[in-house]
Amino acid sequence: MVLASLRDVRFTYAYADRSALDGVTLELASGGLHGVVGLNASGKSTLCALLRGIIPHFHTGQLTGEVEVLGRPLLEWEPADLSRAVGCVFDNPFTQISGIRDTVFEEIALGLENLGTPRDEMIERIERVVEQIGLQAIVAKNPNDLSGGQRQKVAFASIIAMDADVMIIDEPTSQLDPEASEAVFQIIADLKARGKSIVLVEHKTDLLATYADTITVLSEGRVALTGPTRDVLSDPRILEFGVRPPDVTELAWRLADAGKPLGSTPITSAEAQAAVRQRLEKRAS
Amino acid sequence: MIELRDVRFTYPDGSTAVAGVDLSIASGERVAIVGQNGAGKTTTVKLMNALLTPTAGEVLIDGVSTAGRTTAQVARSVGYVFQNPDDQLFSADVRSEIAFLPRYLKWPDDMITERVEQAAALAGITDHLDTNPKDLPSAVRKFVAIAAVLVSGCSHVILDEPTAGLDTRGLDLLTGILDSLERDGVTVVTITHDMRFVTDAFTRVVAMAQGRIVADGELADVFGDDDVLAQARLKRPDPAQLARDLRLGDRVVTIDDVVAAIP
Repeated sequence: MVLASLRDVRFTYAYADRSALDGVTLELASGGLHGVVGLNASGKSTLCALLRGIIPHFHTGQLTGEVEVLGRPLLEWEPADLSRAVGCVFDNPFTQISGIRDTVFEEIALGLENLGTPRDEMIERIERVVEQIGLQAIVAKNPNDLSGGQRQKVAFASIIAMDADVMIIDEPTSQLDPEASEAVFQIIADLKARGKSIVLVEHKTDLLATYADTITVLSEGRVALTGPTRDVLSDPRILEFGVRPPDVTELAWRLADAGKPLGSTPITSAEAQAAVRQRLEKRAS
Repeated sequence: MIELRDVRFTYPDGSTAVAGVDLSIASGERVAIVGQNGAGKTTTVKLMNALLTPTAGEVLIDGVSTAGRTTAQVARSVGYVFQNPDDQLFSADVRSEIAFLPRYLKWPDDMITERVEQAAALAGITDHLDTNPKDLPSAVRKFVAIAAVLVSGCSHVILDEPTAGLDTRGLDLLTGILDSLERDGVTVVTITHDMRFVTDAFTRVVAMAQGRIVADGELADVFGDDDVLAQARLKRPDPAQLARDLRLGDRVVTIDDVVAAIP
């Protein structure tokens, strides 16, 4: 099953002079965790909005090419069905919070109410997600009184509670501390283990290195690189597209520049440790 | 000089955010404040420009206490760039946004024009001067907010999570701004969760936990100390962890350090 298939997709927002997506051809398998990286304005958020049907239903503009989501052409989906199948966390937690609900609990309920979830099931799901994301202490607070990091967690919780088969998650950790970021990634990994398909826009390539199956690099509305996580993150061309490699990958490149190459290019800290240890042992013998 | 002397702050709901902080930051110094969400970082820096006033203790800016002074008075010497740029942007175009503070300070028109253009150039937003801030991507709005603060020529600047949502191009621009401020002798206090930004751009780090400072020193004093990392719930950056696991040295923290330490 294919999560999403795009063929030569172009999209230009109404009144924009440049295409946000400019000939994107891409296939994402279902059941995988797909990282999307690239500079700001490279088309990442537009891609997310497209997979969720927000383009072309809400943001209008000129769309050409073929887009299929879960095997069905995008324009054949009823928007209500698509919103049930594909959940979406936006990149700005300050705008995602509805502003019309008095408590975090009610805020998380908003999406479920729109899906027509029965009351008892709704309460059960909210309680589960509140515990999973660690929101117990703020569940009765007004969402408008929360910090950026807390709002981001609430926005994330709202989507997890909706339990869609596909989740489009746009920069869920930009306001979070390292521990909370790691926790969000672990929740995303759990979702994947439960068979969910995930598209994740994220700048933190060190976390993508551990969790993502594939990575797509967008640049100026085009797919610059796409493939298995290892192949993409260890490709020095990512620098040209404004993507910061994992620290350990950069370390390996810098060691090579300094005339101290490692035997392989690590993308995770465990791999880096093995590669550096090997070099140290070789030098010692 | 920014000095906090046994500063405490309790919110009206009774929660104590800052529980006795002593901190001294010399003029022109660059300091990163790190720690978990809720550790008291934002409250601490809000005390530095009188957005909040201490429940107990004293905050001195260049030797003068903030007690009894308004935020508007203190903001002339201590600029504050909010975490969410939308908290501070309200004008119809970027030029008037940046000119807001100079107009409030009743600077002459030609001086306003000149300083606005300088601040916009420094923040890399010259092309957007006639745009409505709301029509700009959030990463660019962040630089509008920075320009709107720097234009005042304040001698100390506070940046709350400046790297959130920035791509590599934005990070390079931000690093350039920090270097320029350093050349001008402007103090920079930054709150950040981005440990790579800390190790790339700072030499002094203050780690906070539960409203207190648990470490204040060089990078290695924070990232080399297990107790500090556990208290502040920080993860050691990967290069520092690698150095530790392979016993490359206690003070090896940054990628440069590791490259130098490996034979």
